[in-house]
Amino acid sequence: MSVFEYAPAPESRSIVDIQPSYGLFIDGEFVDGTGEAFKSVNPATEEVLTEVSAGSEADVDRAVTAARRAFTRVWGPMRPADRGKYLFRIARLLQERAREFAVLESLDNGKPIRESRDVDVPLAAAHFFYYAGWADKLDHAGLGTSPRPLGVAGQVIPWNFPLLMLAWKVAPALAAGNTVVLKPAETTPLSALLFAEVCQQADLPPGVVNIVTGAGETGRAVVEHRDVDKVAFTGSTEVGKSIARAVAGTHKSLTLELGGKAANIVFDDAPIDQAVEGIVQGIFFNQGHVCCAGSRLLVQESIHDEVIASLQRRIGTLRVGDPLDKNTDIGAINSAEQLARIKELSDYGETEGATRWQPACDLPDRGYWFPPTIFTDVSPAHRIAREEVFGPVLSVLTFRTPDEAVAKANNSTYGLSAGIWSEKGSRILKVANQLRAGVVWANTFNKFDPTSPFGGYKQSGYGREGGRHGLTAYLKGADRP
Amino acid sequence: MTHVLDPDALPDDARALMAPLPPYDDVTRSDSAFRTFLHGLPGVDQVGAEARVAQLGTRSIKTTAKAWAIDTAISMVDLTTLEGADTPGKVRSLAAKARRPDPGDPACPHVAAVCVYGDLAGVAREALGDSGIHVAAVATAFPSGRASRAVKIADVQDAVANGADEIDMVIDRGAFLSGRYLDVFEEIVAVKEACGPAHLKVILETGELVTLDNVRRASWIAMLAGGDFIKTSTGKVSPAATLPVSLVMLEAVRDFRAATGRQIGFKPAGGIRTTKDAVKHLVLINETVGADWLDPDWFRFGASSLLNDLLLQRQKLRTGHYSGPDYVTVD
Repeated sequence: MSVFEYAPAPESRSIVDIQPSYGLFIDGEFVDGTGEAFKSVNPATEEVLTEVSAGSEADVDRAVTAARRAFTRVWGPMRPADRGKYLFRIARLLQERAREFAVLESLDNGKPIRESRDVDVPLAAAHFFYYAGWADKLDHAGLGTSPRPLGVAGQVIPWNFPLLMLAWKVAPALAAGNTVVLKPAETTPLSALLFAEVCQQADLPPGVVNIVTGAGETGRAVVEHRDVDKVAFTGSTEVGKSIARAVAGTHKSLTLELGGKAANIVFDDAPIDQAVEGIVQGIFFNQGHVCCAGSRLLVQESIHDEVIASLQRRIGTLRVGDPLDKNTDIGAINSAEQLARIKELSDYGETEGATRWQPACDLPDRGYWFPPTIFTDVSPAHRIAREEVFGPVLSVLTFRTPDEAVAKANNSTYGLSAGIWSEKGSRILKVANQLRAGVVWANTFNKFDPTSPFGGYKQSGYGREGGRHGLTAYLKGADRP
Repeated sequence: MTHVLDPDALPDDARALMAPLPPYDDVTRSDSAFRTFLHGLPGVDQVGAEARVAQLGTRSIKTTAKAWAIDTAISMVDLTTLEGADTPGKVRSLAAKARRPDPGDPACPHVAAVCVYGDLAGVAREALGDSGIHVAAVATAFPSGRASRAVKIADVQDAVANGADEIDMVIDRGAFLSGRYLDVFEEIVAVKEACGPAHLKVILETGELVTLDNVRRASWIAMLAGGDFIKTSTGKVSPAATLPVSLVMLEAVRDFRAATGRQIGFKPAGGIRTTKDAVKHLVLINETVGADWLDPDWFRFGASSLLNDLLLQRQKLRTGHYSGPDYVTVD
């Protein structure tokens, strides 16, 4: 108990106006879905926020038809500079309504308002600004002489960064001249539906963006629709594999951004205090619901005890609780299902012989919660060292030499991201070259920027999102930069 | 080995008497050993340090927490005047304000200390009487520190004789920047000895050390040499107390206590002018070193204009509306 207790500082909910029920956003307007409606709950309280339509196969067909029509008649033929104007307009609206989006995102997802306010929403707007700028420069982007849009993109996004993943998908697709049918995650549809309102507000031509809510069946209908030219998916490796099977042999092009089990490597010459911050940021950012989370800490054996002691002290200061409180560091686990998986894998970790450590922290009575957790004495053979937990659970392994660090880091079926902590520049460059991971952070972790490509090796998927690379996924005749 | 040629350097047998606390008792055995030790401290990544303080800067301190923070901050102020134009009258007026910062509210806490030049320490001592408020005096050829060691020691002894119970010394930045770490160390040891019972605050003048790695090394020199407080700045050099510098110095006192068991205080000084700045520092302490340092014995603000902003914010919390500069006293 500290003498300096922070009084509750909740962000007001009054800025969001959640309707009792939502339809699908097809051809520029909200329409009723023909599938069975489902509820979206606030994971911090288990309160039902609203009821949302589930898109049936017929609904998806209507959405794809609308998208095709918009592509052929309006968006495809439009002057690229004018497409850019729409994207700039959307970006500005996201900024203007930033607080509304942030509160809604925290309510529906459970993430702390500090993150939705300072990371998710500003980055989503930044993606639209960035790709808006590319819209009229595609011929000069070094992607071939006259790259052309693919057509209708079917996009399926996850629940961990609902609005940001929407931006990663929608912004480059529209900038390149495609139209989209997007399915948000079942547990977090609300920010995408608010985004639909923004599309209306921006006078985006009907059919350019269609949002079809629903669960796995709806996603399957989007992916398997014969008139979809491009499939983009972010989510679990398991679903990614089934999508790859479904798309194989068709004319569709595919990008997959899947799971990860990133190694965060701390050498003995690291800036220790900042490395500890980076470890915390790497695994506890967004409750660890991050595909590129630094979930495997590889720490040089000579500094293991020192780093773990610092890390435990630091974790003891994390504030777990009400996502809408501006001082909350760790919010709620997104769903009961995900909480069950985190618990199962953590329990398995103990069974396999790893040592669990959790700080003393009071968790709310209702809602889905899991305290920040670290496992020491983890061996590379343990499930918690190999499988993606997708929660606030860190597995600590040690290494003795740089070669061993690289070997252990690469010993994963995933390869999405990695982190290196060292004050020695030459070591950073050498190790970064040896790591088989799409993103390698040096002396930082979980930093994102629209100009930087993002994507994986191995079972973390293929294709790149963000940057100039991100455009190639939505263009025909584009050479990879 | 430049100190061997330095006429002010202590002889070898004296050096044995001032060995730092275990486990660091042999790191000052030679220049090269000391350099090896200081350069072996973990580096500081500037970008990461800035990101950390920026994140802590978003803490929202409201209502009861804010009221506590403001009163605590007032009780931690070293109310300072360090001008060539200082007079006994000015110091007496400052002392009166230190005892009763808000004349309209007897519940308002008094400040921790009044900080003046050594020649005015006696005036401050007399004006503060038995209020429990300390008299801090700057010494050692403040602010530049450019004088012989004998002059610096005399300056300290003079201030102590005048009634100062806290001495704010400056380190020899010239010696530090030219790599003569042992000289810096020995001088602090000598000043500490000259202080007698007075507490010693060691000013690093971080605006002249520039890098956070240097800040960490200088902090360790000061702590190993027996300083009771480490302090960022004189207030005469810009930038003075920045949040990243405070973070690194707080990490130093935290690590030093963990290793030796001895707790060292911290005083950011200069550039902290608003309640917001002060609250950010309290948050930084709370989440870096913890509640043990949230006490005027272990944390001070070196400031002059900060107090009035704290008082204005205090009145605002109490009455619900902002007053203005005419509702707090000029010094």
